[in-house]
Amino acid sequence: MTVLTVTRRILLVLGLPAVLFTIWWVATADSTDFYVPPLRTILTAFGDTWTGDRLASDVLPSLLRLTAGYLLAVVIGVGLGLLVGMSRVVRDVLEPVLELFRAIPPPVLVPVIMLFAGIGDTMKVIVIVSGCVWPILLNTVEGVRAVDEVLDDTCRSYGITGSSRLWHLVLRSASPQIVTGMRQALSIGIILMVISEMFAADNGLGFTIVQFQRSFAIPEMWSGVLLLGLLGFVLSLLFRFAENRVLAWYHGLRRAQRNP
Amino acid sequence: MTPPAPASVKTRPAGTGTGPGGALARLGPGGGAALRGLAGLAALVAVLEVLPHTGLVSADYLPPASETGRTLWHLLAEGAFWTALGDTLTGWGLGLAIAVVGGVVAGVAIGSVPVLRAATASTIEFLRPIPSVALIPVAVLLYGTDLRSVLLLVVYASFWQVLVQVLAGIHDVDPVAEDTARSYLLGGWGRMRYVMWPTALPYVMTGVRLASTVALVLAITAELVIGAPGLGREIAVAQTSGAVPRVYALVLVTGLLGVAVNLLARAVERRALHWHPSARREG
Amino acid sequence: MLDVRNLQKTYTGRHRNVEALRSLSFHIGAGELVCLVGPSGCGKTTLLKCMAGLLAPTGGEVRLDGHPVTGPPPGMAVVFQEYGRSLFAWMNVRDNVTLPLRRKKLGKARERELVDHALEVVGLADAHQAYPWQLSGGMQQRVAIARAVAFEPKVLLMDEPFAAVDAQTRADLEDLIRRLWHELGVTVLFVTHDIDEAVYLGQRTIILSKSPTVVQEDLTIDLPDERDQLHTRSSTRFAELRAHVYEQIQRAKHHSGATSPALPAQDRGPALQKSES
Repeated sequence: MTVLTVTRRILLVLGLPAVLFTIWWVATADSTDFYVPPLRTILTAFGDTWTGDRLASDVLPSLLRLTAGYLLAVVIGVGLGLLVGMSRVVRDVLEPVLELFRAIPPPVLVPVIMLFAGIGDTMKVIVIVSGCVWPILLNTVEGVRAVDEVLDDTCRSYGITGSSRLWHLVLRSASPQIVTGMRQALSIGIILMVISEMFAADNGLGFTIVQFQRSFAIPEMWSGVLLLGLLGFVLSLLFRFAENRVLAWYHGLRRAQRNP
Repeated sequence: MTPPAPASVKTRPAGTGTGPGGALARLGPGGGAALRGLAGLAALVAVLEVLPHTGLVSADYLPPASETGRTLWHLLAEGAFWTALGDTLTGWGLGLAIAVVGGVVAGVAIGSVPVLRAATASTIEFLRPIPSVALIPVAVLLYGTDLRSVLLLVVYASFWQVLVQVLAGIHDVDPVAEDTARSYLLGGWGRMRYVMWPTALPYVMTGVRLASTVALVLAITAELVIGAPGLGREIAVAQTSGAVPRVYALVLVTGLLGVAVNLLARAVERRALHWHPSARREG
Repeated sequence: MLDVRNLQKTYTGRHRNVEALRSLSFHIGAGELVCLVGPSGCGKTTLLKCMAGLLAPTGGEVRLDGHPVTGPPPGMAVVFQEYGRSLFAWMNVRDNVTLPLRRKKLGKARERELVDHALEVVGLADAHQAYPWQLSGGMQQRVAIARAVAFEPKVLLMDEPFAAVDAQTRADLEDLIRRLWHELGVTVLFVTHDIDEAVYLGQRTIILSKSPTVVQEDLTIDLPDERDQLHTRSSTRFAELRAHVYEQIQRAKHHSGATSPALPAQDRGPALQKSES
């Protein structure tokens, strides 16, 4: 790669973000609008707000709830998905029920779950699980259903059965679907983390940001919005990184099929 | 043209192809499956009916299915319910329409100019995963409980779904088809009409289908959290006033609405793509 | 060794039954290389799946060394036509070959030895780390063959394994099969729809009728054991045998278990016929 192409690449990646940032900066520099403070003020507030105590008292609890809820949802979703996907009868019986549950907008489950689980951490984790589990479950079912017949016959003729078949054949061949479900679940999980904290909580990102808004601490509120955006971006980046590792074979296969 | 996935392979495109509604759509021909599915739904209702009576779950938290059903029946007779439903559908439809038009226009503009595409890629990758609920405080400050608050969230969330699919669709245009069109002296407009659009259409329809689901979720979320009029607010009100069966009835309505939106989106997709190989394969 | 006795298979559908195999009987001795050929749609794959224990026959039985086959027997390996679908896309070549050996618990050293040797003999000694989809079709089928070789089966069933590769590769792979058969002393049943292949490869060629299927002819291929693409295929005897099989296949297209052998020209209509059951 020549210096020129490197420069070009850097320009393409960073150019527009830099332009947008500058526009925001300049356009709000002399802003007297109470609701739209200068970007400089927001960034200062960001530094003051989200370092130190708040990191441990608000950001960390939110992330822990998200992680707990998400991982639980993955385990439950994949586990049930395997069970449902491998039996035709179970699948037929449960699919309409599952589709109905999946179609319920996850945030409306917050009030329902609050009835059972109060307003503590348990409630928030259950809310996240109850929203994240459906895409994972249904995608796993689809993936398991679609296990290739020829490959299945191959496994049977070589005596690859039981847990070996489950791991080497079923789970692996369903993994692109499972990952798709997990990707959908991740964005639902972030939404539910925020919403459940906005509803009822005494700490957490969602709670704090709403507090800022209600007390008209506008630059702090904007900094919270920025932090949530950043969080979404970083998590999706991490997800993509993990996906590229786990599904390297799948992306390669797709590329090979596109350009035979 | 390269369709989204080669027909002869075991792996289908992960994701977009297998959405909700697939199971319902499949129920058609297999009478046995439909019967079993009905049995599943009936069993769910039966469990929900019996569970509160056994005392395992307090009826205060989980009213029997019959009571939820009764409440739903009364709900249907209320003018306020229909108004709320109308509000929700307005927020959903309007937001979706704006997102689709915006997404398609932006997608075609960005997608057909390689430099623009390269220059915007990083920005799109950054903005897309930002959870739209992060905008809730901003929406409240700027628009209060207005419809515009709902629209802000709905449009932000569903716009990316459409845009990303449109970009993928245009990216998929076969260079050979493009060259063929050029050699037959098709102009820019002609190439767009006969080469780009037919290739991108399946992707656009997928984007619209995904966006329609997301839009409904965000419309109801905005009502629930911000308090904009609609089904979401009805749920919040019912919850704070302790009308538990009403909460369940309304949640059920949102679920059914979700199923309906799904089926509708799939039907539209099938209609628009009845000529396209991908539709035949998926159906 | 491998005995097929009065094998019948009728697929039971919701509205109609389809009789695929009428009544098939033949015998394959230990160490034989037998080709099975028939018109397209004559139930070759059904027969092979029944023999592999992947499909339960409606009547009759398959016996391997005197034991009835009720499920996939341990000493048997199958190579399918669809190489792209019979390999694990998420495993590299080496893991693909190794996986079936795992449950044999041979010990790491022996396992490694078998895999190395198998990949060596099929000519993939440099491709251990590649993924199947990085290889050409012919190479992928070599991986599937290597997997079968490493498994050390007594019987190797091959279901039109070269139908989807180009002609040049196909000739190479045919010679590979002859060589492996010689070296390993394995019993091979090779299903094909290609007449040249059916004559070139085997010691015997079993010609099937169209569906519902019966054995139309069991032909001994009296070509010398030493065969090569150039000389064998240009020999007079090859041409005669080829012509004979060709004629038989043409006849087979109008002849099934449902038509009387005395009236070969009489066609009872659609290839899929209702069973009498």
